[in-house]
Amino acid sequence: MSAHEIQTLIEQSIPNAIIEIRDLAGDNDHFAVQVTAEAFRGKTRIQQHQMVYQALGGRMGEQLHALSVVTKIPSA
Amino acid sequence: MEQNPILKKIDEDIKTNSVILYMKGTKERPECGFSSVVVQVLKTLEIPFKDVNVLTDPEIRQGIKDYSNWPTIPQLYIKGEFIGGCDIVREMYQTGELQQYLKDKEVI
Repeated sequence: MSAHEIQTLIEQSIPNAIIEIRDLAGDNDHFAVQVTAEAFRGKTRIQQHQMVYQALGGRMGEQLHALSVVTKIPSA
Repeated sequence: MEQNPILKKIDEDIKTNSVILYMKGTKERPECGFSSVVVQVLKTLEIPFKDVNVLTDPEIRQGIKDYSNWPTIPQLYIKGEFIGGCDIVREMYQTGELQQYLKDKEVI
């Protein structure tokens, strides 16, 4: 998977998300993503991370070996 | 409805151990950077915990992901509740939330 694909998938699934993504190993297989979205407000970290995993539709562990996730809420 | 025996076993382990970590490798020898981070946090806080090496058991490795509906390892459970993986545990440790949570749950 490419960083661009990951970004697109998250954008399609989480409206107005601001996404920063880094390829950690330069191998298109280990990424770190920070997602800032209003949709996260009021949710636990686990729920927020679940939203990101679900945006990727089951690719975790299949096409995507390691994804570090940080979620944030926009400052009101 | 007959419950899947693997999920049943996982459920029992999670309910009978105050702090349990499903990880790659063992607490003495983690075999993955993400698992290692969680082990380090728990050791730094001097929290006794049970480690389950998913690498030795493919059924548990898949089972724990089905159980929590969470696609990755490591997975930390405290008093029967899923806390999260490496990113969440590290963040909670850095903000002090993890220490507070452990106090609230009377683990420390």
